[in-house]
Amino acid sequence: MAGKFGQRRGRSLLRSWFTATGHGWALLGVSVWHAVVFTFVIGSISVSSIGAGLVLLPPSLVLLRKAANAARQRASKWSGVEIAVPYQPLPEPGVNFASKTARLWAQMSDPQTWRDLAWAILDPLVGAFLASLAAGLFLYGVYGYVIGIFWDPLTHAGMNDWYTFIHVGQAGHLTFLRWCAIPVGTAFIAGSVWAAPALIRTHGRWTAVLLGPTTQARQEALTHRVARLTATRADAVDTQAAELRRIERDLHDGAQARLVAMGMNLGAAEALLDKHPEAARALLVEAREASAKALTELRELVRGIHPPVLADRGLGDAVRALALDSALPVEVTVDVPGRLEPAVESAAYFAISELLTNVSKHAHARSVRIDLWHRDQRLRVTCTDDGRGGAAVAGVDGTPVGAERAGGTGLAGIERRIGTFDGVMAVHSPVGGPTTVTLEIPCVSSLAKTSTS
Amino acid sequence: MRVVLGEDLYLLREGLARLLEAHGCEIVAAVGDGPSLLAAMLEHRPDVALVDVRLPPTFTDEGLKAALAARERIPGLPVLVLSQYVERLYARELLADGAGAVGYLLKDRVFDAAQFVDAVRRVAGGGTAMDPEVIAKLLARGASEPLGMLTPREREVLGLMAEGRSNAAIAAKLVVTERAVAKHTSNIFSKLDLPPSDDDNRRVLAVLAYLDR
Repeated sequence: MAGKFGQRRGRSLLRSWFTATGHGWALLGVSVWHAVVFTFVIGSISVSSIGAGLVLLPPSLVLLRKAANAARQRASKWSGVEIAVPYQPLPEPGVNFASKTARLWAQMSDPQTWRDLAWAILDPLVGAFLASLAAGLFLYGVYGYVIGIFWDPLTHAGMNDWYTFIHVGQAGHLTFLRWCAIPVGTAFIAGSVWAAPALIRTHGRWTAVLLGPTTQARQEALTHRVARLTATRADAVDTQAAELRRIERDLHDGAQARLVAMGMNLGAAEALLDKHPEAARALLVEAREASAKALTELRELVRGIHPPVLADRGLGDAVRALALDSALPVEVTVDVPGRLEPAVESAAYFAISELLTNVSKHAHARSVRIDLWHRDQRLRVTCTDDGRGGAAVAGVDGTPVGAERAGGTGLAGIERRIGTFDGVMAVHSPVGGPTTVTLEIPCVSSLAKTSTS
Repeated sequence: MRVVLGEDLYLLREGLARLLEAHGCEIVAAVGDGPSLLAAMLEHRPDVALVDVRLPPTFTDEGLKAALAARERIPGLPVLVLSQYVERLYARELLADGAGAVGYLLKDRVFDAAQFVDAVRRVAGGGTAMDPEVIAKLLARGASEPLGMLTPREREVLGLMAEGRSNAAIAAKLVVTERAVAKHTSNIFSKLDLPPSDDDNRRVLAVLAYLDR
């Protein structure tokens, strides 16, 4: 039993050593590339005084960012070190000179760009040292065996006759010490098996030092988040209050009034029953019709508060039901296990409903695709239409409402709705389409099985 | 007719029982939650089961699930689903097995007792009874090519047919002869490229399948 366990453990140790050593070689190779990127950026900056920089700088900065982002991903995949992407948001890339310059300026004034650059030149030193240790220790151990056994031809070929602290030969004579090279080499090999994964983890942590957000950036992000939550909470409270007022008004003027009228009719019918049965019958018919109307109104009202399918089946089927009721052909794919928090379900449902309304009103689309999926405690929704594009979010960063789609207030409303839950929205809508709106809301899913027959 | 009732609100359960008994039905079981509804349907094998969608213990679509489960074990067991809301999604699930003998109506339809009892009998006899609201949605959405070729009168006939009514009932409702209705229906079927059929129920299912594409 213990033997088996030991075997398993040995196997997993070897496997982790193999992957770590492989990663070590890969990191070593990629750090050379970082030096190249550094040279390219510095070169572009140095020639910017003669104007060539304006041509060379943007692609070099793109390259730098790509390299840094790839390193962040590697750190998370290979070392388990999650590094948040700390860049400040950039203005959209434009075609004219002014917008290009603005984007370039924003990139140059982001402190993270300079930290990236520092990392690009330090990584070939620090990173390469760590990475090559992971791979090199092992090779050096193997070399111990080689020198112990093939000492003669090697020294004659002009090789150095020292192995670490062991002088394996002296004046052409073998010393007994040469055999000591073998256990020392073995120790190096064993050390590399033990140290390689730890070294790769250290490499990930080193990457985080310069590529992760600074404490100040983290604080700024928190401050920004608190401000956003405060604003969206105020919005939510206002919206909630307005909704309640609307419901109260609808009940008061609709169903309640109809019930009063019904009561009056029934009273009158009761009075007329003996003397004018025909008139009483007419009143009864009227009362029945009024009750049907009151019910219809209540139904609409409840749908607006919380759609029945959403209550019964959850978000996936509720969106499918929305798609069925839409005038456009809507294709829905759902990959959401279990049920989400009711509040998030509801917010997401109404956001999607609003998106569909927007598409049918403004986009001139022929078809729509909605994808829902839940991963890493986040609900993601994409809504893609093949319409004419040009959608914009009104009132965000002072963006004017797209002339193509006046009434983008719908989108801003959706953003507010999901902002309450820390959700974010991204709109990609080039003129001519297609338009993709992506929503992302953090939430947990209950894995309660909801079978959909 | 032997009837099983599944409705959690006492007032409505009693009201339905009284109405059906007045029209000569026998209530073999009246229950108020999903599991006992399924058990009653399987045990009594009624001529028709009247089922509320939302039932305890979960207060979700418990009743609908019980109805679908019962029909899985006893194919074609007549079920009339009653609800405060009609959802196309649920209508689709009820019709999916193509066995007919299903109904899906708003609870308000009970107000017109004669019509309601007619729908119950139709479902018990293996036919269909779809709520006009579901059909209106289907027709509104399908303003597509072939539907656009129908005359207003034909659309009216199509709507009534989709609800599950027979030619005779449609004729009575539109105050025309049955021959005229038959002519309309055959026109509709050729325009929509549907296989002609004399069997009322098969015809209704074909229309519903067409509308629900």
